[in-house]
Amino acid sequence: MENNYSKSQLTFLVILRIFIGWHFLYEGMVKLLNPNWSASAYLMDSKGLFGQFFINMTTNPGLMKVVDFLNEWALVAIGLALILGCFARLASLGGILLLLLYTFSHPALIGVKYMMPMEGSYFLIDKNLVELAGLAALFVFPASRIIGIDLLLYKVLPASFRKFIL
Amino acid sequence: MEKEKDNTKKIARRDVVKSLATVPLLGAIAYGVIKTRKKALLSRDISDVFHISSTDAAYLQPKPDGKQIRLGVIGYGIRGKQLMRALGFADPQYIDTLIEAKKNNPDDTRLDAFREQDNLNVVVTGVCDIFDAYADAAIRACSNINREGTSGKMGTAPKRYRTFKEMIAADDIDAVVIAAPDHWHGTMAMEAAKKGKHVYCEKPLTWTVPETYLLHQTIKETGVVFQLGHQGRQTASYQKAAEIINNNLLGQVNLIEVCTNRNSPNGAWVYDIIEGSNPQTIDWKQFEGDEARIKEYNDYMKSAGLERYMGPDERSKFSLERFFRWRCWWDYSTGLSGDLLTHEYDAVNQIMKIGIPHSATSSGGVYFFKDGRTVPDVLQTTFEWPDRNLSMLYSATLASSRNRGKVFMGTDASMEVSDILKLVADMDSERYAKKIEQGIIPTDQPFFTYVPGQSKVDAVTSATELYFAQRGLLYTYVNGKRYDTTHLHMREWLECIRQGQTPSCNIDMAFQEAMTAHMGTRAYLEGRTMYWDSDKKEIVRG
Repeated sequence: MENNYSKSQLTFLVILRIFIGWHFLYEGMVKLLNPNWSASAYLMDSKGLFGQFFINMTTNPGLMKVVDFLNEWALVAIGLALILGCFARLASLGGILLLLLYTFSHPALIGVKYMMPMEGSYFLIDKNLVELAGLAALFVFPASRIIGIDLLLYKVLPASFRKFIL
Repeated sequence: MEKEKDNTKKIARRDVVKSLATVPLLGAIAYGVIKTRKKALLSRDISDVFHISSTDAAYLQPKPDGKQIRLGVIGYGIRGKQLMRALGFADPQYIDTLIEAKKNNPDDTRLDAFREQDNLNVVVTGVCDIFDAYADAAIRACSNINREGTSGKMGTAPKRYRTFKEMIAADDIDAVVIAAPDHWHGTMAMEAAKKGKHVYCEKPLTWTVPETYLLHQTIKETGVVFQLGHQGRQTASYQKAAEIINNNLLGQVNLIEVCTNRNSPNGAWVYDIIEGSNPQTIDWKQFEGDEARIKEYNDYMKSAGLERYMGPDERSKFSLERFFRWRCWWDYSTGLSGDLLTHEYDAVNQIMKIGIPHSATSSGGVYFFKDGRTVPDVLQTTFEWPDRNLSMLYSATLASSRNRGKVFMGTDASMEVSDILKLVADMDSERYAKKIEQGIIPTDQPFFTYVPGQSKVDAVTSATELYFAQRGLLYTYVNGKRYDTTHLHMREWLECIRQGQTPSCNIDMAFQEAMTAHMGTRAYLEGRTMYWDSDKKEIVRG
């Protein structure tokens, strides 16, 4: 890939990637470090079309262990990958998937109230979706091969792996 | 930015710098994570000043080989219906409405909840109600042994008795459930006990003071298993509250506030007048009450100059209002004291074992429901226990649903008890001073929340759990199953009969409840403080 970005474009693409990565990593670490954290309360409060699906998940303690584990480590891995610019496009996709799940569980609908304290007012578009759009932008405007470990990976990895980076 | 056209594996120093440019940021985030971790670890540990077990509430468990108990039910009004449902018997027509409701809304779990309720291994062999429609409904409900709708297969219909005396004389009845109006409780319980029937009696225990002694003595002498209907005894959080008090986690408690808050005609005892009720279908003579009780009531009211609170109708005059809304008149009722204060008092007595208060002072009036009632709809009663350095304030209104909680105020923390339990540290606490200073224990929000069924007792509650708890979204579970407290309370009574044990709200607890309520009532009626003479065991005037 050629670097056709202007300096300021590149700067803000990298900043966007770092900010989102920072948020993911910290969210993941906080959950990881709290032995009592579980997504079950959040999921129990699910609303909207898919609400019942997430609520049903909480009734299975074995499944919740898996869900918690995956959520915690996915947040950490995606966060690290975005900050470092390491498999950043893959991480963007993963992040989009996670945020989609959160959105399906807690859609910003009119008249729907959630237990979690929420700052601001939202209709359809909440901060999860803004972050999701940010990740989508990063996916289509990748910069990790210019600033980030992907630059090295691109040079080091065999050609068949490059598609994961580009 | 320099363009890179060459994608060969040649790695320039510049590339390494660009590649690792963002790595130092990890250091910054690590700082945040380590600080958070430190705080999280610190926050967990308050065990040196806050000792509490992680055990859930304990209940008397049914034995698998228990014998079937044959019940008679006296009174099938609003509460009678609820009690029968708690035993597993509901009118098929009611089941039909639940089936319909579930059809319209799959989230309506009432039908499943009712059908999944444990089988208590009882059969209702007799029903007694002085209103024909209620008696017929009781027969329908108690025949419905398979918990079916109107199209279902019914069991043997119980016998209808016209008077409770005939019922308690029957040989095929082991125990009775009393859900008649207040002015009948004591008489029915006494007569049943004398016939050797075990008794589950709705609260309050008694309508007059003299019958309270008689009933207490009768239950003691006959040795029947007696349970008073304060189902709050089964509330898991009350057991935890008692543990908190015993462990002295609140410091010295000098003031307790309890309340009643309702804001609907139904909540103010203005119940529906049922179709088909008339002098032919209602046995008014029986409704009037037991002669001995009426005499006790009349004697007290007249001797204390309280004629203005009697009547105003003649007792013999048939009245649908008085039949269905009897709680509004002292002629049958025990007012807010007997109906609702008793629930609050019994909860506090369960938690702190306070016994009968030293004194009671009341005030209030009929301020909203000016419908001819003699019983107040706003009432404040203050009880004192000087030997315990304790005061309890009860405040009630039937025209506002503002909840003021059941709050135990201690020198180290205050505790609010409902279906859940919340502890807020006092900012001037000595016990928690160090933890408050360190920022481990907050003082502006609960630092401990107990939600029954949550196996983990988490010392510092997370925001999410707190939100759930505050909105009462988490239910009461026993061994993973959701329970209705009335069901558990009746189950305890039945198991005590089978296992020869004493129920939690036994006759001694009931005696304390009744005397406390009578003190509050008399203080209101007479407009002066009432005292308990603990030597003579009687209510005296100041």
